[in-house]
Amino acid sequence: MTAVEVERLTIRHGDFVAVDGISFSAEAGQVTTVLGPNGAGKTSTIEVCEGYHRPTTGTVRVLGFDPATQQRQLSKRMGVMLQEGGVYPSSAVLETVRHYAGLYRNGADPAALVDAVGLTSRSKATWRRLSGGERQRLLLALALAARPEVAFLDEPTSGVDINGRDAIRSIIRDLASNGCAVVLATHELDEAERLADRLVIIDHGTLVADGTLAELRKGHDEIRFRSDPGLDLRALAAATGIVASEVGIDEYVIDAPPQPRLMAQLGDWLAEAGHPLHDLRAGGQRLEDVFRRLIGGDQS
Amino acid sequence: MNIAVVQLRAELRRVAGNGEQLLLTLGIPVLLLVFFSLVDVLPTDTPEPIDFLAPGILALATMSTAMVSLGIGTGFERSYHVLKRLGTTPLGRPRLVAAKIGSVIAVEIVQFAVLIPVAFALGWDPNEPSWLLAVAGVIVGTMAFAGIGLTMAGRLPGEVNLAAQNGLYVVLLLLGGMVIPFAKLPGAIRAVAHVLPSGALADVLRDSLGSAATQPTRSWIVLCVWAVVTPLLASRLFRWD
Repeated sequence: MTAVEVERLTIRHGDFVAVDGISFSAEAGQVTTVLGPNGAGKTSTIEVCEGYHRPTTGTVRVLGFDPATQQRQLSKRMGVMLQEGGVYPSSAVLETVRHYAGLYRNGADPAALVDAVGLTSRSKATWRRLSGGERQRLLLALALAARPEVAFLDEPTSGVDINGRDAIRSIIRDLASNGCAVVLATHELDEAERLADRLVIIDHGTLVADGTLAELRKGHDEIRFRSDPGLDLRALAAATGIVASEVGIDEYVIDAPPQPRLMAQLGDWLAEAGHPLHDLRAGGQRLEDVFRRLIGGDQS
Repeated sequence: MNIAVVQLRAELRRVAGNGEQLLLTLGIPVLLLVFFSLVDVLPTDTPEPIDFLAPGILALATMSTAMVSLGIGTGFERSYHVLKRLGTTPLGRPRLVAAKIGSVIAVEIVQFAVLIPVAFALGWDPNEPSWLLAVAGVIVGTMAFAGIGLTMAGRLPGEVNLAAQNGLYVVLLLLGGMVIPFAKLPGAIRAVAHVLPSGALADVLRDSLGSAATQPTRSWIVLCVWAVVTPLLASRLFRWD
């Protein structure tokens, strides 16, 4: 079921065009990641879907509602995690979750929610005493207080350590598994690669790509390896026909499908020339490379 | 539980847990009432200073809660994105506003429940008071001060709003006929003081609670104008984020 439909959405702030005619959709039971560099228009897009702002042109439907005019009906079934704050510094964890859960007719059980995000031992701690990761987990709990059918999560793991990230990702995965349509805005490629069922890539307010990671990788297989810096790539091409390029100080990429014969030829040539072979990786491009290809390496 | 009641409880918990706001809304009015009743340093021109002070301090208490406490609290909620966060819930603006009004009224009831007995204990002897008229004055005054507080809270950054609200509180306290009679103010300042909401509310309360008011009819008109204009201004200028 399609939970979010965005069609030809344009958002202008005065003369500045934040979002320029983008269209995409998000399905129930999936994590749809809106990915883009800082300032790409992700938050503007998400905030229109949440009903904070009206689109300049275009249409948005969330669970069949127009967020701009039917935000109240939508809010009963929607969870939102803001990019920044939203909690009074002197409010304690359980007290805050209890407050927000109480604002919904069928709100989640506060204690269970605090437990689900791993904050039971910190349930009496105030917002100002929480670490960055704990704050993000509390904000995620508030987004889940509605038992949402659609959840908009803006940079959910921003500033969170590795353990905290794993916990948050696990919760997001569970949320989607239970049928919720999760729309996640992030500029972190690792986050998107681990979580996304579908990727919507935005740059400078325009839609650059929309599809699954496999679809975005399609036709862009590669072999990537590390060796000594400054390999004689002309000699490699002359001897084996393999065209490689040096993309880092000691990192090389061959734009080709991962055929065993080709990889064997590469290994033989390196061995005969006395060069090492490290970090050999063959197959679809990493999301980072897909992303760089699509937005021209301009990730700020 | 009703959503507005859930929000009202959260508002009251926040007020009760904020020591600075309690000092402002309860501590300072009680202190001023007791001190200036016992130490006759104010030029009240009345045999019993408490008869002049008590209605003025009730006006001050109304201003403390409806303008400063509400304004500072709401300003910080805006800065902390609390209002934006609440905007995504089914609460909605009408119920949020209702909860804030309920919170202000609850605090005012507590203030009056403390201040009025203290005033009586200090010898206050109102002459044929009309408590109903006084309540009406407090309600109109609350609207006027809440409008001012929310207008500032809706436009100024949190820290600037905090300073501005406290600054305005002192100005209105000194110029508003609450503790210093209008007659003792210099001519030009007196003219301004008469059209301030603080002066108008203090005058209205003195009139309704049997003390000598200066110009109660004019004060009612001034107070009503403030009570209409400032909430309209707040609703036009208020930014939720």
